Amino acid sequence: MISFLLNRREVTLQDFAADMTVLDYLRNVEGKCGTKEGCASGDCGACTVVVAEPSENGIEYTSINSCITFLGAVHGKQIITVEDLTEEDSLHPVQQAMVDSHGSQCGFCTPGFVMSMFALYKNIEPDADPDLRHRAVHEFLAGNLCRCTGYRPIIDAAMTSTEMVKPDQFSRDENTVAENLSEIKNRGLPEPDKNVGSFSIPQTLSALASLYVDDPGARLLAGGTDLALEVTQQLSAIDRIIYLGQIPELLRIEQVDNSLEIGAAVSLARFDQVVEEWYPQISELLKRFGSTQVRNQGTVGGNIANASPIGDLPPVLMVLNADIRLHKGKNTRVVSVDDFFIDYRKTIIEEGEFISTIILPLPAPEQFFRVYKVSKRLDDDISAVCLAINMDLAGSSGRGEMLSSTVRIAMGGMAAVPKRALHCESVLQNAVLTDATIQQAASALEEDFSPISDARASASYRIQIAKNLLQRFNLELHDDGINTRVEHAA
Amino acid sequence: MLHSPSRVGVGLAHDSARKHVTGEAMYVDDRRPYVEQLYACVGGSNIAHGILKSLDLDNVWSAEGVVDVITATDVPGQLDIGPVFPGDPLFVESEIEYFGQPLFAVLATSHELARKAAKLGSADIEAREPVLDLQQAIDQEFYVRPPHRMQRGDIEPALENAFDRFQGTLKIGGQEHFYLEGQASIAIPEEDGGVTIHTSTQNPTEAQKLVAEVLDVPMNLVNIVTRRMGGGFGGKETHGSPWSCIAAVFCRRTNKTVVCRLSRRDDMVMTGKRHNFLNNYDVGITQEGEITGIRYQLAGQCGFSPDLSDAIVDRAMFHCDNAYYIPNVLIDGLRCKTHTVSNTAFRGFGGPQGVITMEAVIDEIAFRAKKDPLEIRKLNLYDTDERDVTPYHQKIDAYSVPAIIEQLEQESDYWQRREAIRRFNGTSPILKKGLALTPVKFGISFTVSHLNQAGALVHVYTDGSIHLNHGGTEMGQGLMIKVAQIVAEEFQVDTERVVVSATRTDKVPNTAPTAASSGTDINGMAALNAARTIKQRLIAFLAQDHAVDESEVVFHNGQVSVGDQVFSFDQVIKSAWLGRVSLSSTGFYKTPKIHYDRKTASGRPFFYFANGAAVSEVVIDSLTGESKVLRVDIIHDVGNSINPAIDIGQIEGAYIQGLGWLTSEELKWDHAGRLLTDSPATYKIPAISDTPHIFNVRLLENMPNSEPTVFQSKAVGEPPLMLAISAWCAIRDAVASVGDYTVFPELHAPATPEQILQSVNQVVSDRERSQ
Repeated sequence: MISFLLNRREVTLQDFAADMTVLDYLRNVEGKCGTKEGCASGDCGACTVVVAEPSENGIEYTSINSCITFLGAVHGKQIITVEDLTEEDSLHPVQQAMVDSHGSQCGFCTPGFVMSMFALYKNIEPDADPDLRHRAVHEFLAGNLCRCTGYRPIIDAAMTSTEMVKPDQFSRDENTVAENLSEIKNRGLPEPDKNVGSFSIPQTLSALASLYVDDPGARLLAGGTDLALEVTQQLSAIDRIIYLGQIPELLRIEQVDNSLEIGAAVSLARFDQVVEEWYPQISELLKRFGSTQVRNQGTVGGNIANASPIGDLPPVLMVLNADIRLHKGKNTRVVSVDDFFIDYRKTIIEEGEFISTIILPLPAPEQFFRVYKVSKRLDDDISAVCLAINMDLAGSSGRGEMLSSTVRIAMGGMAAVPKRALHCESVLQNAVLTDATIQQAASALEEDFSPISDARASASYRIQIAKNLLQRFNLELHDDGINTRVEHAA
Repeated sequence: MLHSPSRVGVGLAHDSARKHVTGEAMYVDDRRPYVEQLYACVGGSNIAHGILKSLDLDNVWSAEGVVDVITATDVPGQLDIGPVFPGDPLFVESEIEYFGQPLFAVLATSHELARKAAKLGSADIEAREPVLDLQQAIDQEFYVRPPHRMQRGDIEPALENAFDRFQGTLKIGGQEHFYLEGQASIAIPEEDGGVTIHTSTQNPTEAQKLVAEVLDVPMNLVNIVTRRMGGGFGGKETHGSPWSCIAAVFCRRTNKTVVCRLSRRDDMVMTGKRHNFLNNYDVGITQEGEITGIRYQLAGQCGFSPDLSDAIVDRAMFHCDNAYYIPNVLIDGLRCKTHTVSNTAFRGFGGPQGVITMEAVIDEIAFRAKKDPLEIRKLNLYDTDERDVTPYHQKIDAYSVPAIIEQLEQESDYWQRREAIRRFNGTSPILKKGLALTPVKFGISFTVSHLNQAGALVHVYTDGSIHLNHGGTEMGQGLMIKVAQIVAEEFQVDTERVVVSATRTDKVPNTAPTAASSGTDINGMAALNAARTIKQRLIAFLAQDHAVDESEVVFHNGQVSVGDQVFSFDQVIKSAWLGRVSLSSTGFYKTPKIHYDRKTASGRPFFYFANGAAVSEVVIDSLTGESKVLRVDIIHDVGNSINPAIDIGQIEGAYIQGLGWLTSEELKWDHAGRLLTDSPATYKIPAISDTPHIFNVRLLENMPNSEPTVFQSKAVGEPPLMLAISAWCAIRDAVASVGDYTVFPELHAPATPEQILQSVNQVVSDRERSQ
């Protein structure tokens, strides 16, 4: 059983298919067809809706792709769709701005844009300056594709509507909504049953551990941005789902000694907010990790457990020497991310075992860390190649050249698993960092990797940019004011 | 002409804007289920070429929720739905000709169950060697239609005697439409064996004709309704029809309402794309860089069937001069066959592949003549005095390109920025900038002459409200609001008084597709003619009724003066009704002056030309090949704009769509002919960060169309797509800077990061070799 608010109306469902998406529920059960299906894979944003839930700072509004969100994941939350924004006969400021800016042409992507813009409206600081708003607009709307307008009028609409953010009907009703939601939460959930078609929402780590060890055939659902594709793209049925999104232990992110402990179900968006203080480079990468909607749903643990060769976090975690805490029943173990991946989409995770925490060491002063992502498109694209390097610098040589001590390099998109570049590392270990050393290290990458050609890039291109990214690293290491990023060019 | 508020010339919002932002605007699949509505899904082949021996559909039949399954033999009428030439079977009967080609369709109780069942079919297929590569098709002279040749002047001596002569090849990629709303049709059973079909199509009349043929019923039993499309771009001109045909067959077999909506992947696999081309050129120039002659071979990859490819390759040929006079020219256009999905119409319809080839040639001339490409462009523009004849012998007049370039050159600070970019490149070792100005001249009219006709139907009701229908379809381009503005202007009433509704074949028959940028030109004129008929009746009635001369009846600003009396429009309508005046009329329009003789490859295929120019500035990363467009300045000629806001929206949108075609959008197939880029996860259309931060778009002012088009406006849908070619040329300019402009970079389209890096590599190695 689940309960949620569909705008202001409480909905309680006793029986529903565990793998029903929010989009299918809205369109096929509720008959609310304003929310569109453009791709059913979370790539176009036409299905964007906003989910509201209580947080420390009042109600928090996040945009999600309803096409890859399973319905059970909205238990205890409020779903707001495009139909809900108009009050009586007046349009919400984001809707009005879209009309005034000629922001719609064919109109099919428009509900999704409106909802992303609404999420922006609810999240932007009211006094944000134009530069900040401009960045925020691009960040919030990067997961919405429009094939007609070329985006300029949409950017204008988003800029205009965030110029003077005022309380809207949702602000007015926040207290009531918060009460309704906490009432749902306090009501608790019936004991999860393991019948066919069940969607279990354990509330504690131990409940999860025992559920999963008893039924290892059930599927763990964190963000679902990948799992849902099995349903919407491969057309598989998933009849038993255990949802990880309501377990406090999996949602925490805190500093413990010299590490950041990140719960496996922490969203990438939240991770981004917290990690920026320590690793702005990770934050920069995360801005290009999927889209805002995907980062709101997708989790740190999911990006690891999923074991995709093109996940962007594993190379980062590998070079930063992160560990993973695993649970199975009452047992726990901690393993290095290095040892986690075995083969294509295969990990050391045993049956009934799951990730609870990622332990990320905090940076040391002598550490020079960079991560580079290359893809066909800047926004919302999967890496052709992702390169992470973490180097400890050991001062400079007599002639002013930099010296390295330890170095760790890992890459995504270059092998069947995210993988360390051990040959390359050995060249750069305790080395004098001359151009020649970098060249030699680049050549060593050929011993580390034999990538494949696919839809995203050819093998030879992958190898070449892997090498060239070492050059970029070298330039950034020496920091003599040479710009190396097209996205920073003006 | 003076325009009053909220009529022609005013940037009114799209008529559905409010409905778009509230989610109220209804698309085909948003229609709520009818009782016992059923869902169709298509099962495709898993091989590119072979002979279908037998189909085993037992598992499909026994799958959950399955109600019916059909194959080629179940089609009651005609199986071939080729729009112009035969060759497009609704389902494979014997020869499979592309990976994913429909073999059967299944009907089930839900969309999901139908999709699941469609996966369960198996086929016994005798595999044949497929032709998948365009070069191979060229070598084997494997064509869907015979080649066509255009020529003027004497090419051989022009090339032989030229001061300089060079040859080259340009590979141009195709493009997936990626309309946000996929193909969708709903067939509802009607009496007498008929059907009503709500579908997302640019071509209701053709859908009607094909459904009638497939069902073997007369066209008067089939009604096609299209309220709006969630994007079309050419992809729903002919490739919207099969799904209506399949829905219709199931609908008649079951007497139930049937939805056939393609999943994104099926849509990407089973519907055609923009043609990729492999173009060769042989160019002669003078010492100054003036063209003496060009010999072109343009080879378009048509896929397995002719579809619209004859006209598409023709249009590439019509546009490989772009804006420039070629004294001696010979163009061969090849329609190559491959065992891939049949490529189809896509905004520009072959034109872009012609234009980019010419612009690539111009850049190479500039490199060889050691001049700035802009100087070479200006030197070779069409002009008066004999330099005004196209390769197909149509004369160019009222040519706005020189004025546009002059204005743009100034407003964009072209020369100052050229200097600044040179300086930047001298000091920036990794990032390199490039700049290019390219014009576009695009011929307006269907080159298939009979399509240049349109109909409209205008009703004025007794309360003075106006209802408007015409043959054009709304796909986001703002056709409905523009035509409403035209009708409002004629009656001198506010546009809000005019209601536009779905395009229906039972209201306006025998229409052309909404394509070739012609929507407003032809439907606007047809609607204007309908309105004029009614207005003329009103004038005659009022003149007689008030015993004044007809010239004394004047419609102005919501009022009608009759002699010295003034009536409101409402009063006039009411009295006309009481006076038994017909307040409803059809209107018709056919484009004048156009003709083309294929035998001599000469004539006047185009009523007029739409023109524009763009300056793009880009930056590339010479280590990774990543690129970004930094600034774009556009001036585009739409004649007298009917709706400047809509027109600017078309220009900006077309530019970005063209930019996608030329940069990030890359189609890839595997060795078996299976499409690899079959989802938005692998096929990347532009996203919000691809829009340049500086994006100045202006309409050319004070340049009414010299031809008598509707309110002297010009078509706008397709031409500005080609403005994005400036970005591609600018990328090449940026790459050239890597070799200090001493090596001409080989660059093909799309200029993906990988393609750009390859070009950088070539420049670096050629330069090393020459040093």
